[in-house]
Amino acid sequence: MSAFFALVGRDIRIALRQLSDTLMVIVFFVIAAALFPFGVGPEPNLLARMAPGILWVTALLAAMLSFDRLFQNDYEDGTLELLVVSPQPLWLTALAKISAHWLTTGLPLLVASPVIGIMLNLEPQGYGVLLAAMALGTAIISLVGALGAALTLGSRRSGVLLSLLVLPLVIPVLIFGAGAVDAAIGGFAATQQILLLGGLLLACLVLCPWGCAVALRMAAE
Amino acid sequence: MDDDSLIIRYPHYMEGFTGTGLACIRSERIVFAGLGFAVSPGGALILSGPNGSGKSSLLRLMAGIAKPAAGTISWRGTELAGDPERFYTDMHYVGHRDAVKPALTVRENLAFHAALRASTGTGAADIDAALDRVGLAALADLPARMLSAGQTRRLTLARILASPAALWLLDEPTIALDTQSVERIHGAIAAHRAGGGILVASTNVPLRIEDALTIDMAAYAADGETIWGYST
Repeated sequence: MSAFFALVGRDIRIALRQLSDTLMVIVFFVIAAALFPFGVGPEPNLLARMAPGILWVTALLAAMLSFDRLFQNDYEDGTLELLVVSPQPLWLTALAKISAHWLTTGLPLLVASPVIGIMLNLEPQGYGVLLAAMALGTAIISLVGALGAALTLGSRRSGVLLSLLVLPLVIPVLIFGAGAVDAAIGGFAATQQILLLGGLLLACLVLCPWGCAVALRMAAE
Repeated sequence: MDDDSLIIRYPHYMEGFTGTGLACIRSERIVFAGLGFAVSPGGALILSGPNGSGKSSLLRLMAGIAKPAAGTISWRGTELAGDPERFYTDMHYVGHRDAVKPALTVRENLAFHAALRASTGTGAADIDAALDRVGLAALADLPARMLSAGQTRRLTLARILASPAALWLLDEPTIALDTQSVERIHGAIAAHRAGGGILVASTNVPLRIEDALTIDMAAYAADGETIWGYST
């Protein structure tokens, strides 16, 4: 397990040393969400109605910006070959990379989302559920995105290909994530949506690291 | 460098590292075919041949990064596919890319690679000792982006000194190195072999390695034949 934590620690350390790259995702999230009041007009009720959807869509698009870096550097400098032939199982290595990605991208998005919620006039009763759904949703996005990044590794224009591959796969996250916040605002229990997101997370947690491992082995070959 | 204290004694095995009937195909062209080798503990194998003759491809097959199109490779009597994790624990691979992260310090880079092979029980003292042996101890806390090409190569080679492994697979180990560093590598290789370790290295420059077997890759070339035109 110490190889797992060494990899997580290394990725977090690199992310902190190259802070501008890491912050770019959050800045994109804030700016993209801030564009909506300009586009649809600053009417508070309209914004409050649209807030859950805007939050989820922009968070998803912001996360997309981070995936092309996930394995690319390791692939280019030869670290990936060494990860493939390290004694640790490759799915565990992939899970370590995904954990580090969530800590450096998903967690900042999670922290920034209530601030954007205030900006978009999100109803007060929505915040608790927003954070819970975002915590689960960003983890799913990290897992599915990593699978996409591993599959497109080494191809030309991999960033565009990655988005085409990953965005359709995370539509359920969008539906249940925004649905949970909508339910909470409407005064209903959001348990169902949260449980479905939890189920999705468990399924991804089993399948994505394994799929990543297969794709990484092929990319290294 | 020939100091006895640096010799690591590897567990003794009768069988070493062998391969039979190996073939490599890259984008539908046969790079080499019908290649075999056998190195016993304490032995060395040098891969020579012109550019593009498949030296690096063979090393990647040996490391288990790529799978051979035909043939088998065995480590201590077990096929690689049979127990890859044990093989990976016993093996160091140094490719021609350096796997050095410019944002991390020299010591952090080496500590990360040692931690990947944590089962070998490498500690902080081993990291510093390895940096000292390649002459980078004074630069240990500098970001790796400050290093020259030769120093980066030395940091890469420090990996094989930081944690013990009985099999070293080195792709052009002396490239970009100054004469003093080449001497250090020769010394490290001699100590490695004295302890029963095996070395496989590809090179275009003469390496001073005693009684090494040499494979001339040109002898196994399939003259760029495609897989369609080739019959076994």
